Amino acid sequence: MKHVLAVLVENKPGALTRVSGLFSRRGFNIENIAVGETLTPGISRMTITVEGSETLIEQVMKQLHKLINVIKVSNLSAEPSVMRELMLIKVRAEVGNRSDIQQIVETFRGKVVDVSPNSMVIEVTGNEEKMEAIKLLLEHFGIMEVVRTGKVALLRGSKITRET
Amino acid sequence: MRKKKIKGSNMILSALQKENVDIIFGFPGGAVLPLYDKLYDDPVKHLLVRHEQAAVHAADGYARVTGKPGVVFATSGPGATNLVTGIANAYMDSVPMVLFTGQVAKSFIGTDAFQEADITGITIPVTKHNYLVKDAAELPGILAEAFYIASTGRRGPVLIDIPKDVFDQEGYFDYNREVDIRGYKPNYEGHVGQVSRAVKAIRKAKKPVIFGGGGLIRAGASEALRELAETAKIPVILSLMGLGAYPGDSPLFLGMPGMHGSVTANYALTEADLIIATGVRFDDRVTGKLESFANNASIIHIDIDPAEIGKNVAIDIPIVGDVRLVLEELVKKLRPGSTDAWLKQISTWQSQFPMPLGSGKNGQSLKPQFVIRELSRLGGENAIVATDVGQHQMWAAQHFVVREPQTFLTSGGLGTMGYGFPAAIGARLAAPDKRVICITGDGSFQMNIQELATVVHNDFDMIIAVINNRYLGMVRQWQDIFYEKRYSYTSMEGSPDFVRVAEAYGAKAFRATTNEEATAAIEKALTLKGPVLIDFMVDPEENVYPMVAPNHSISDIIIGGERI
Ligand SMILES: Cc1ncc(C[n+]2csc(CCOP(=O)(O)OP(=O)(O)O)c2C)c(N)n1
Ligand SMILES: [Mg+2]
Repeated sequence: MKHVLAVLVENKPGALTRVSGLFSRRGFNIENIAVGETLTPGISRMTITVEGSETLIEQVMKQLHKLINVIKVSNLSAEPSVMRELMLIKVRAEVGNRSDIQQIVETFRGKVVDVSPNSMVIEVTGNEEKMEAIKLLLEHFGIMEVVRTGKVALLRGSKITRET
Repeated sequence: MRKKKIKGSNMILSALQKENVDIIFGFPGGAVLPLYDKLYDDPVKHLLVRHEQAAVHAADGYARVTGKPGVVFATSGPGATNLVTGIANAYMDSVPMVLFTGQVAKSFIGTDAFQEADITGITIPVTKHNYLVKDAAELPGILAEAFYIASTGRRGPVLIDIPKDVFDQEGYFDYNREVDIRGYKPNYEGHVGQVSRAVKAIRKAKKPVIFGGGGLIRAGASEALRELAETAKIPVILSLMGLGAYPGDSPLFLGMPGMHGSVTANYALTEADLIIATGVRFDDRVTGKLESFANNASIIHIDIDPAEIGKNVAIDIPIVGDVRLVLEELVKKLRPGSTDAWLKQISTWQSQFPMPLGSGKNGQSLKPQFVIRELSRLGGENAIVATDVGQHQMWAAQHFVVREPQTFLTSGGLGTMGYGFPAAIGARLAAPDKRVICITGDGSFQMNIQELATVVHNDFDMIIAVINNRYLGMVRQWQDIFYEKRYSYTSMEGSPDFVRVAEAYGAKAFRATTNEEATAAIEKALTLKGPVLIDFMVDPEENVYPMVAPNHSISDIIIGGERI
């Protein structure tokens, strides 16, 4: 099963290396990882997607917790949460195809963010299934390049992942 | 009034003073010149070794004996990389240590400058934490944190890498040992509910056994352990790392479990209905095949490190906390136990399966087991033993009677050949009123043999017992048993005459080839001052038994050897 972990870390040099190094060293597979600042200066939040059994995830979380720079680790998959990812897709777009592509993009509530004589860059956000679905539909026009941010997540409702 | 600014080097030496550091183990070089210059007029002692690896192992030995963090100085690049094995060794065995490495000046970092190595990057996986200091203003905080992290919670090595210019940079030195680190809050008190569950389980158990490890020693929990065992009449098994946490000559002591453990310890773990595991981590050398490990038992696991609980073996009653505090809580709530039937079963095993004393197949030759027993019988009182790695290490664990905590130093987790001799040096400095015996092998000794210069120059009293079987014996044993005696590169032919090597360095040395010579050499060595080496020429093809083959259940134990 896939687990999405929120890891709050002190923004110290090497903190990212310590976290990602831990995964490879202990043989845990990171599916993806996204990092950014939080409301508190000096504290970053990493969202890490890992595949594994309950016991493995428990071990991952305990090992992460042992890192001195790690302040908090929580498993967002264990509770109702919203998960989103952003993807940019560069797709071949001859003049005749543009409106077809436009329509797909609208259905997925995406945005066209760049147009050139024979290509378009599309921005979509959503969950895993949505990403895969739009990719499938655009494939037949010819996808030239894709880039994804990795998943980020928040708990639903007013509950937050505190720093203590 | 604001204090005067001082240099980075002075901050380090002042911090060492505040942390009550009385000895530094080190080796100088270009990047640490400013620091060594300040050391020249400082009252703190510094032991100059002959290889940086020996500095770390010596600091490690010192830390295991005193419980205080060992302190190491080394230069950048090769000086720093020479520390890595010792750091990994300390990390695996949870030994508190603070290491200082010089680094190239800040403006050179990242340019592949002369003697530059990314030692913080290299040691992330083998340190509890590490720092690269970018500004002397950060030093006081980092120094206090490093000592705090190394010596609290699950102990471990912390490295501080300091660019050459930062040693000379000035700043204010406000040192506060009360550090507060947001992401590091070790938990000391055991959960009350869990402790009561454990008490209930212990009262109910008919066949309980205590299985203790190195955590007992780090936590100073021996007294609490003794009370628990003796109040509730529960037999005690100790891992290699735990030896000494409970007196080795007590009737309740069953020995070490696992691959080369006693038959009784392995049978007791297999038959037990309750295992009270304290400060252990269920290493594969202990559990054997996991699926059949202790299938009849509920397991209570007490450890300071939550990540160890449930890592290898499923646990029924986990208790995270300082093992001493938790054991003391348990003792308060326990009544005298009635385990007589179980203890009777155990003593039957004990008389049925004593430790084998050697195969006897080579007639009159000197047996390593005999040598260890004689060392223990004649020199074991008030002694600290430091071992190297291999067969001699296992024989030392099986046959040397370890009575007190912090007196048996061995590389358990990493199994580092070359550990023993420098560790004995650390022990020498840590406990001036104890006898120090290094039990080493002909292979292992050559990994740090250069330290003979250190012990001779400083006139350290110690006995270096070389169990010389002319082989990398432990590897040869596996080739014997699992590879049809194809002894691929395990002969130590070509090794020097250790007696003459020791004499060349200026140490006293003897050779023993028979039982009588062995006894006489030990008796003689015990009367001498300064370093004494004894080269015990033992039976080259003796194997360590009992033995559990890797991935077999621990009850499936080859008893091996005959009584001689
Ligand atoms: C640094 C290092 N290299 C290799 C090994 C693998 N190894 C384990 S035991 C052993 C043999 C040690 O020989 P010796 O010190 O003579 O001890 P003996 O087993 O003969 O008593 C070896 C090579 C090791 N543990 N450490
Ligand atoms: Mg040998």
